[in-house]
Formats: sequence, structure tokens, C-alpha cells
Amino acid sequence: MTAPNHNWRKFKNVFMQTLTFVCAILVVTPLLLVFYHLIKEGFSSINLAFFTQLPKPEGETGGGMSNAIVGTFVLLAQAAVIGVPVGVLGGVFLSEYGGTKLNWWIRFAADILNGVPSITWGIVVWGLLVVPMHTYSALAGGVVLGLMMIPLVMRTTEEVLQLVPGGYREAALALGIAKWRTIVQIVIRTALKGIVTGVLLALARVAGETAPLIFTALGNENWAHNLTQPIAAMPLQIFAYAIGPYNDQHRQAWAGAFVLLVLVLSINIGVRFLTRDRFQQKV
Amino acid sequence: MATDPNNSAAALTVRNLSVFFGKNAAVKNVSLDITAKAVTAIIGPSGCGKSTFLRAINRMHELNPDARMEGEIKLFGDDIYSRTVESVTVRRRIGMVFQKSNPFPTMSIFENVTVGLRLNGMRDRKMLAERTEESLRMAALWDEVKDRLNAPAISLSGGQQQRLCIARALAVQPEVLLMDEPASALDPLATAKIEDLIVSLKKDYTIVIVTHNMQQAARASDFTAFFYLGELVECGPTPKIFTSPAQKRTEDYVTGRFG
Repeated sequence: MTAPNHNWRKFKNVFMQTLTFVCAILVVTPLLLVFYHLIKEGFSSINLAFFTQLPKPEGETGGGMSNAIVGTFVLLAQAAVIGVPVGVLGGVFLSEYGGTKLNWWIRFAADILNGVPSITWGIVVWGLLVVPMHTYSALAGGVVLGLMMIPLVMRTTEEVLQLVPGGYREAALALGIAKWRTIVQIVIRTALKGIVTGVLLALARVAGETAPLIFTALGNENWAHNLTQPIAAMPLQIFAYAIGPYNDQHRQAWAGAFVLLVLVLSINIGVRFLTRDRFQQKV
Repeated sequence: MATDPNNSAAALTVRNLSVFFGKNAAVKNVSLDITAKAVTAIIGPSGCGKSTFLRAINRMHELNPDARMEGEIKLFGDDIYSRTVESVTVRRRIGMVFQKSNPFPTMSIFENVTVGLRLNGMRDRKMLAERTEESLRMAALWDEVKDRLNAPAISLSGGQQQRLCIARALAVQPEVLLMDEPASALDPLATAKIEDLIVSLKKDYTIVIVTHNMQQAARASDFTAFFYLGELVECGPTPKIFTSPAQKRTEDYVTGRFG
């Protein structure tokens, strides 16, 4: 009954278990470090002026990022207007219509687009909009973020629609309900929370993009009065302040990063909350 | 051969029906009359084409892009595969209940029953309420759910959910009701309720039921068709099929010697 390599086997088991545990911890560590640093540096830097005032001229202390906060929301709203309908409808096509071969190519293209470096998107929209319009603009910034959202939203929409059991489609079609109505009223409605989740995550993802905005929205020390003017955005402002020479700029960069993180985090937590009871009836 | 000799009022006449998936023929040259206001059971071993046959009757097999059919099916004389007929129209006249109960999870009991009417444009609340009660009564579910019509459909038990699906199919007032093993996922008590329901529905509806359960076919049906390897072997009054079938293969199957 003696197992000759019993201890060796036990050791291997413990060793592998420890190794995987350490790797798992390594995944969480950067997140915790980022949180720690941002809370430490950012939270204390936040004050009312940060939310209500425009940036002060270079070198002066005080002021805030109100224009950048609003700018980020303006850019996200434009991005949603472009990215949500196209992405969702594209996802519906992939899931409910289309041929196997065609869909394979569309999926392939979307996956490649999801991997395109964000600065490349910036250059493309710079060529498409900024050059012909002879100006950097909020519009170009919204378009670039919207374009980046399309493949993200499309793929997540397709995935959640595929999770809807085929039995629901069959049941609806067998009632003599037309296909488009079945898709809108049964399939999409069943998967709605998943679609909303995908949209919010895509928004959270592009909310922090900086590189494409350098080529498009540019940033602005003041309010943008219409969409054809350059507009401020939090990631841009954080970038500008972080590389600036003054301590008060650094303080505001921390504050901006903290607010941006809270924004993205609250979207993510909101998503968790929304998806808690997916496929459940509101009671 | 292979048609019901006592056919006086056929709801469906199927002639030389073949259904292919790619190159495989799942149903081969089947001709069969389905008697109106009676229950016809389709029996046969797994893979014999009985579900495919059923789905061809309301064109559900078309959901599979590889599917192709030959032959003719007429519903009270109307060719359901005529170029001018849309599958949506066919399915409004020929309803279907599936093996796995599938009430819509985002909808209440009331919304589930009326979904076929509402999504085809009916807005009249009084009418919807009437149809709901009528359909739920026919599906023998009314007394159990009348006080909680706005509760989520998925809060019902498995057997209740299946009866809800039957009510949902009845609410659009089809002429024929197809049932694909409607009780195979249910316990014996719930199964007995579904069988009673089938028998009571036949005074108003033509019913075609696919079943694996031979006792169920014997108990609930008036006519039985035996399918084997995609072909219709024999069809006739249920007592005859189960006691003195004309074909040796039918006898072997119903006595449990194979299948």
C-alpha cells in the first residue's frame, strides 16, 4: 500500500496550486495599486471648483475641469448616437440574418477592428473629418469614439442574442408573428439587459480613450460652443496636465483621473446591478 | 395505400411529401390525410422523420436554410406551399406546441396568451381579455391562474407552462394544432392533464401529435400513423393500428419488439 512517489505528487499539487494563486494575485495587484494611488492623490485634490470652474491660465493655481467633464459627456453622447444603432443592428444581422460565410467575414472584420490601435482610429478620422473641415472638432471626436464602439457593440449584441434560446423564436414564428416582429418584440426584448450591458461597457471603454482624441477633439481651455469647435475631454485634460510643469496641474490631473475612474467604475457596477437578474421578469 | 380509408372530412391532405436536409431525405414520399376535428398521432422510432413531417405542415422546417421540400400539402383545399402564400399566414392557421415549454420569460401570463394577437395588431382590451379567458379555459389553466394573470409566466410549474403554451397557440384561433411530443418533459400527472386536454380540444380543433409514448397515442388519438426511416408505413384508426396492424413492421414496433 505504499505509494513511492506520494510526497512528490503532493508537492507538485501544492506547488501548482500556489503558482496559480500567485498569478491570480498578480492580476489584481495593479488594479489595487491604481486604486490606492488615485484615491490617495486624487480624492484629496477634488474640490467644488474642480467641477464648476474652467481651467486657469497656465501657472495659476485653482480652477477646474468643468468644460472637460461636460466635453466627455458630449463626446460620449455623440459616440452613442453613432455606435449604438449601427452596432446593435449589425449584431442583430449577425445573429438573426445573413449567411454563414458572409457572417464569418463580418465577424472577422469586427474582431480585427476591435484590435486596431486606438491611435490608428484617430488618424483615420483626422483624415476623414479634420482635414476636410480645416479644424479639429467635437464632431470628429464623437465620430472616432462612435466608430470604435461599433465593432464592440456589434459583437456583444450578437453574443447575447445567441444566448436567447431558439425555442422562443420558434414559438413566436409558430404563432404567425412576422420575423422582424419576433426579433424586435421577443428576441431583443429577452436579451435587452445584455444588449444594454454591452453598450454601457463599450461606452466605459471609449470614455477613457485619449490617443484618438488628440487627433480629433484636440482639447479646449474654454467651452466649445458648437460641435465644429475643438472640445475638452477628461482624458485629454489629464494628459495635458500630467505632462505639465506645475504642481497644481499635477494635482488636477490626479483629480481628473480619479473622477474618470469613478465614472467608468460606476458604469461597470451599474452593469453588474442591471445584469443581476437577466431573463427575469420585472415583478 | 397509406391514406385513411374512412376519410370523410380531411383537414390536411398530404401528397408525395419529401423533405430534404441537404442531400438527406428525412421524409420520403409520404401521402396522408389528416381527419378534421380528430386527433392523429404520429409514432415511430427516433430519427424516423416524424418531427420533420410535423414541422413541414406549418413550414417550420424552412427555418433550417438547408431544408427543401417536394410534394404538396393542402389545408382545407388551400395549397400551403403555393407561391402566393406566406409562411406567416400558414402558421396563423396551423399552430404548434413544442416539446419544451417555452413561455416568453419577459412577459406575464396574460401577455403570453395574447402575444400572437397583440403582435398581429389587436389592440381591443376587452377582446384580448375575452380571448385570454377563453384560451386559458380551453387549456384547463384558467382556474389555476385567473387571480394572477399579471404574474410572470415563468413562475408557473412545468406542466402549467406547457398548458400556457397551448393556450397561447389557441388564442390566435388556428384550425390545426400541431404538437411535438408535448408531454415528454412532464411528470405523469401533468402528462395526464395534457392528454385530457388533447381529447377535449378535438371537438374544435384538428390535432396532430408526435409522440414517443405509445400508451399516449393509444389513449389520446383517433388515428395513428407509423413512420419508419422517413417513410409512412401505415396509417389507420388507432385501435386497429394497435391491435391488428396490416404491416409486420408496425406490429413489431407497437408490441415493443424494436424501436
